[in-house]
Amino acid sequence: MALVNDRRRFFRRALSGAAVLALSGCDRLSRTEWFPKFLGISESLSSAAQHLITTRKSMAQEFTEADLSPQFRSNGTAKPNDPQYQAMAARGFSDYRLELRGLIEQPVSFSLAELRELPSRTQITRHDCVEGWSAIGKWKGVQLSMLLERVRPKPEARYVVFRCADAMENDGTLYYESIDMEDAYHPQTILAYQLNDAPLPVANGAPIRVRVERQLGYKMAKFITSIELVSTFDHIGRGKGGYWEDLGYQWYAGI
Amino acid sequence: MSTGSDTAYQGSLERGGAETSSLYYRHALPVRIMHWINVLTLTILLMSGLNIFNAHPALYWGKSSYTGAGPILEMTTKEGPNGALVGVTRIFGREFDTTGLFGASAGENGELTPRGFPSWSTIPDNQWLAMARAWHFFFAWVFVLNGISYVIYSIASRHLARDLKPTATDWRGIGRSIKDHVLFRHPSGEASKRYNVLQKLAYLVVIFGLLPLIILMGWAMSPWLNSVFPGWIDVFGGRQSARTLHFIAAWALVAFVLIHVFEVFISGVWNNLRSMITGRYRVKEEGHGSGK
Repeated sequence: MALVNDRRRFFRRALSGAAVLALSGCDRLSRTEWFPKFLGISESLSSAAQHLITTRKSMAQEFTEADLSPQFRSNGTAKPNDPQYQAMAARGFSDYRLELRGLIEQPVSFSLAELRELPSRTQITRHDCVEGWSAIGKWKGVQLSMLLERVRPKPEARYVVFRCADAMENDGTLYYESIDMEDAYHPQTILAYQLNDAPLPVANGAPIRVRVERQLGYKMAKFITSIELVSTFDHIGRGKGGYWEDLGYQWYAGI
Repeated sequence: MSTGSDTAYQGSLERGGAETSSLYYRHALPVRIMHWINVLTLTILLMSGLNIFNAHPALYWGKSSYTGAGPILEMTTKEGPNGALVGVTRIFGREFDTTGLFGASAGENGELTPRGFPSWSTIPDNQWLAMARAWHFFFAWVFVLNGISYVIYSIASRHLARDLKPTATDWRGIGRSIKDHVLFRHPSGEASKRYNVLQKLAYLVVIFGLLPLIILMGWAMSPWLNSVFPGWIDVFGGRQSARTLHFIAAWALVAFVLIHVFEVFISGVWNNLRSMITGRYRVKEEGHGSGK
């Protein structure tokens, strides 16, 4: 019987010990360098699995006017505090120019009027925030693929980086994001200048925000000032491809 | 339960000359391993899931969060009469003061802080969405792969057909089984080697109902997976409904685990625990029982 009691005591201790260790251990592990990297394996796994069962042109769901959210929620920066941006907004973005540069044959820039003259796409889609909420809005804009055909990306171009006018609260860094060429050429990837049949409000990213409909909201940069094609993220922020990515969020935001 | 009579461990043991019992090989090694992987992954998935929920502690029904109707559940704060922070939970518009637990609970310095679920229930303990997502998605893969292995194993080894499928006798005895559970009576002897019918049904509902549902509702929240067949998530009421169902399924699993652990405790915690670690379950022989 002594043996049995010893064993029981051992199990009891092991159990309570494991529970305490597990809880404080999880938090300690989160703060190490290696463990989050290890957990990050699942990002590549999810991305690979999700790309395996979809095609390059798999379309995000589109909705009807009846599904529109009464007011499209503003998130992230509601109003960039840059005086130059504010002055431009006051002038109705008449002197705005969207610059395309980087690994392209033909660097070019567009005014807002020029973008509006290009063939457009209108889509009613759902915006899913990483926080968990969703809102449905009607977007009109020019397909990014159309601009890319104009500027002719070089073969080594792998990512499209968006540079934005909004400085982030934490550190004043200007927002930046990136997507790969598959998403860049996706039919629903548009540079939107209209929301719900009105010019894109400042709160939602005026004059231009990108829609990347198969990914989460943080990929859809607002207040875009320039678009740069790159082969790596080495010289972009801290090298992870986006403002939130550099703070630990996954670059692949399809999940 | 057993791996078949050929591998069954039937070594008898006489103790004190009075009681006769034998160790019965109840759980096969793969089942034991997969069970404990589930304990670990489901705990982590729940706690990291609550941290993710805390990033926007409200649930909705429909295709979006902003349909014109309010949230069906919401954890938030309001100012109390003396200016103190009050944690509030609203369910279908009804408001409850849940200070200290939901809506507002102790922060890092012990001070009352706005927060959905309290920090002791989340991984990581502080509000850290990026890290919670990293934990959640890693262990979601472990959980899904473990689940697939379990289903394949259970079919191939006939564990499902032999141990989990209710027999005709089971169905006839369901009334008695309910009565036994209510009275906390547990089978002994030969009957304790098999799952009882309520136990079988509970396991089947969890394995083929709740767990697939929670996985599917997780997938339904992925914008990329929405594009596999645009509109498929409307079958469940839309993305925000899927998020709500994911949450409900998680708490249904918590309820299952509480009942499961309760049953483990009242039917012999060490015997049950041993059988899930070494596989061996002590069966008291009928007839000689505690023959004094």
